[in-house]
This record gives sequence, structure tokens and C-alpha cells, in this order.
Amino acid sequence: MKKIEAIIKPFRLTDVKDALNELGIQGMTVSEVKGFGRQKGHTEIYRGSEYTVDFLPKVKIETVVADTLKDAAVQAILKSAKTGKIGDGKIFVSTVEEAIRIRTDERGESAV
Amino acid sequence: MKKIFFCSCLAVLLFGLTAPLLADVSSPAAAAPAGAVNTGDNAWLLASSALVLMMTAPGLILFYGGLVRAKNVLSTMMHSLVLMAVISALWMVYGYSMAFGAGSAFCGNPFSHLLLKGVGAAPDPDYAGTIPAQSFMLFQMMFAIITPALISGAVAGRIKFKAYIVFMVLWVTVVYFPLCHMVWGKGGYFNWAAGGKIPVLDFAGGTVVHISSGVSALVFALMIGKRSGYPHEPMLPHNVVLSLVGTGLLWVGWFGFNAGSALSAGSLATSAFAATHFSAAAAALSWAALEWKLKGKPSVLGVAAGMVAGLATITPASGFVSIPAAFAIGLVAGVVCYLAVTKIKSTFGYDDSLDVFGVHGIGSITGMLLLGFLANPEVNPAIANTFRAGGATVSLAGGTHQFVNQLIGVAFTVALAAIATFVIVKLVDAVIGLRVDEEDESVGLDLSQHGERAYNE
Repeated sequence: MKKIEAIIKPFRLTDVKDALNELGIQGMTVSEVKGFGRQKGHTEIYRGSEYTVDFLPKVKIETVVADTLKDAAVQAILKSAKTGKIGDGKIFVSTVEEAIRIRTDERGESAV
Repeated sequence: MKKIFFCSCLAVLLFGLTAPLLADVSSPAAAAPAGAVNTGDNAWLLASSALVLMMTAPGLILFYGGLVRAKNVLSTMMHSLVLMAVISALWMVYGYSMAFGAGSAFCGNPFSHLLLKGVGAAPDPDYAGTIPAQSFMLFQMMFAIITPALISGAVAGRIKFKAYIVFMVLWVTVVYFPLCHMVWGKGGYFNWAAGGKIPVLDFAGGTVVHISSGVSALVFALMIGKRSGYPHEPMLPHNVVLSLVGTGLLWVGWFGFNAGSALSAGSLATSAFAATHFSAAAAALSWAALEWKLKGKPSVLGVAAGMVAGLATITPASGFVSIPAAFAIGLVAGVVCYLAVTKIKSTFGYDDSLDVFGVHGIGSITGMLLLGFLANPEVNPAIANTFRAGGATVSLAGGTHQFVNQLIGVAFTVALAAIATFVIVKLVDAVIGLRVDEEDESVGLDLSQHGERAYNE
């Protein structure tokens, strides 16, 4: 099993969700996060005073998939989250040791 | 300069000759000695002017601001706020003159009161003989500010700020100022009291304010397109409390709007005040009752929307109808506007984001047409006057002849607003572009257009 974490621009969320759904991915967790990479921050102005805001709002999607689905899922996110402009985000893939469905005590890939 | 002076002299002379005739058709206040300011009338008009401005800010600002998502609240408020500055400037330079200056039946001469020349302490007996002309100018300016601000609700959350400003400057110049002249200006084509060809009753702005803005809002919403994600993504009001506070301020401000339109502090102001109040109450009741029956619960925002619908609907009729008639108009308004907002919008699938057309447009069309039958000379003796129609002498007060006049006034307003808005939107789209790009829309207009967010920390 692999955990895919994707940090994306918030307005791409609906498209990414739809693309992952099409692959048959059953669930995901979404959080509103803030951070920066190469894009750095932006400037806000309040009554003439400028404030540099370092951390930009992003959306983090987490989903755990079977090993066989990993490449397709990464491709789907790449395609649906990309705008080509700086600040599109990143995808991280890691191995997951175990998954357990709390209600039924199922283990492994059948639990995700 | 000399020519303008000569024209003014001619106008004064003309007025002198026709004054006895006019005195018959205008309100009893005109019987006061010419040029005398009545301090009571002036006090009420100044208070009313302030009340009408309060409808824009904070009334409309809160009402609209609460209905949009948190990322667009500042830009939505800005759309109304900035017009307080922009329209005031235009009004001073040429707007008042186009609306109330001498001119043709369709538009006042923008130069006759350029920079408010000649608008001073002396009353202008063409419009309000007992208050300084300056008071009348201020009162009318507040109407010119709120009318375009109403339209902004149809394009919230997606319009480029620059495109918005340019649209509004053109819109008030091509639609509002001329329409105001036609309906309320001396010699205007639809002016029932002073020299119109077709007498259309519109006490406080059914055609000039609510139908013009409502129809323009519909056309603008259709042309700019839906908000990205509408309607499958939920776009919930981010703060209903703000909208309710705004509703209360709108209702209170509307007393200045309607009762102030009596242009005096006499019994006509009282009856317009009463009609306004009872219509708002009735529309809130009928909207809530209908919603309760159809959806199972009476929503708080539904009661608020019903109130605004009742206020917009009674506006043209407020100085012409009895209290029971006003209550009946309000009951109809609640039902008609509820259906417009829930059924018509979903059937045709346009995104009039804050229901400007459904509430203001449909509401005031209903009010204008009902007024044709319900106008009552006991409430406003001035409409006991008669006009010639098809060789016969008929009264302004009710009946099919007046209904037809009202219908013509409504149809003309709809046509003018729709065509002019279409042309202006096409023009602005070609030169500036209407919409922000997808990413700016997603981030929200507060940050992308103004560099600020409403809620920090």
C-alpha cells in the first residue's frame, strides 16, 4: 500500500477529486493547509501598509491506495492539478505498513 | 455662456406662463408662496437623504456581503461602497443636470446645471417648491447611488473590478440619468405630473430604480456567465447575521426612500411611510408561509428576502395607495418574488447570484402593474387629475387606461435597461474583459482584486 500526499492549488481540488474518483479510489482526506515552496508569498495591503504573507493557502489531499494503483493515481493528480504556473504544488509517495478499518477490523488493502 | 443664460431666462419665462396650470396638478405644498423654504419640509428631506444613503452603506453592503462566500465579502461590499464616491462625482459634474435639467422629453441637458450651477438655496418649483433646490439634488443623488449598487449582486464573485467601474459609469449615464429624466424630470416623456406624454405613476422609483437595476442585473448575469462551480458546488452565505442586520437597515432606510419622495413633510409622507411598512410586513408573511408549506420550514433568510421584496414592490405605489391596498400588494409580492427566486432562476439556469432580478425586478414590475388598478385619489388628490386618451377624458386614478400606461412605462424601462446593458457589457468585454481568470476567481476577489482579506487571524 502506498500513501499519496498531494499539496495543490485550492482551485484544482474539484478536478483532482474527480480524476481520483474515476480510478475507483474509494476515499481521501482533504485539509486546508498553508505553506510555501518556490512560489514564496504574496503582498497584502491594509490602509496603505504592505504586509508580506509568507504562507499561501494550499490544499493537501491524502489517500492510501493499493500498490497497483499508485502510478495511475499519481498520473491522475499530475494531469488534473497542473496549471504550468509556479505554485502548482508537490506529490509525495510513501509506503504504508498497515491499514485497519475500525468498524470491521479488516486489514490490509481491503481496508482502504 | 450668453446662450445658456438666454435659455435659462426663457425657461423661467415659460414657467411663469405655465405655473398656474402646473399648480393644479402638483401636490398641495406647491400652494405655498413661491420661493419660501419650509423648514419642516427641509428637515425631513435632509433626514430622508441620509436614510437613503444608509440603505447603500451599511444596509446593502451588509445584506449583500453576508450572502457571498468569505473570500468575496470585501469585493462585494466594495462594489456598493465605491459607487458612493463614483456616482457622487458624476452627479456633481453632469448627472443631476442630465436627470433634472431642462432638455428634451428623453434626457436633460448635461450642461444646464453643469457642476451644479444654479442649484442653490432657492427652491426649484418644478420639483419641490418648499425646499432648497440643493436639498432636492442631494436627495435624488442617493437614489442614483443605490440603483447601480443593486446590480452588483448579479455579478458578485467573478467580475473584474476595472470592468465593474467602467460598466457602472456608462450605465448610469446611458440608463439611469435619462430614465430619471423621463419619469421624474419636468417635461419627461412619462412624467404624470409635469408635462409628460404618457402619464406613468411611479412614486419612488419602481421603473427608475428597481426595474432598471433588476433587468440590467439579469442581462449582465446572463452575459458574464455563472460563477465557476455553480450550481453543483454549494455556495453558502458566509454570514447570515450580517444579511439580517442589513435587512433591518434597508427597511428603516426605505422610509426615507418612499416617504421622503413626498418631497414634503405633510400627510402624503405619512401615507407613503405607512404603505411602505405594511407592504414589507405582508410580503414577509406570505413569503414565509409559502416557504413553510413547500419546504417544510420557514427560513430566517426567507423572511428577510420577503421583507425586501415587499419594500421593492411597494416603492412605485407607496404614495398612491391606501394601507389595505399596500398590504395586499405586499402579500402578492412575497408570493411572486418567492416563485421568481426559486422557480424561474432554476428553470432558466442563470446565476443572478444575489437575486437582484427576482426580488427587485419582478417585485417592482408587480407593484407598477397593480398600481394601475389600485391608485387612489383619496390618498393622493393630485392624481384625481385627468388626461386625454382616445378622445375621452380619463383619470389617472386606477382603471384599465392607467393600467395600460403603467404597462407601457414598464415595457419601455425593461427594453431600455436590457438593450443598453447588452451594448455596454459587449463594449466593456471587448475593451477590458469582464471576468477575472479561473485562479483569481478561486482565490477570491478580495485577495485577487484588492489585496486584502476580510477575516485575518
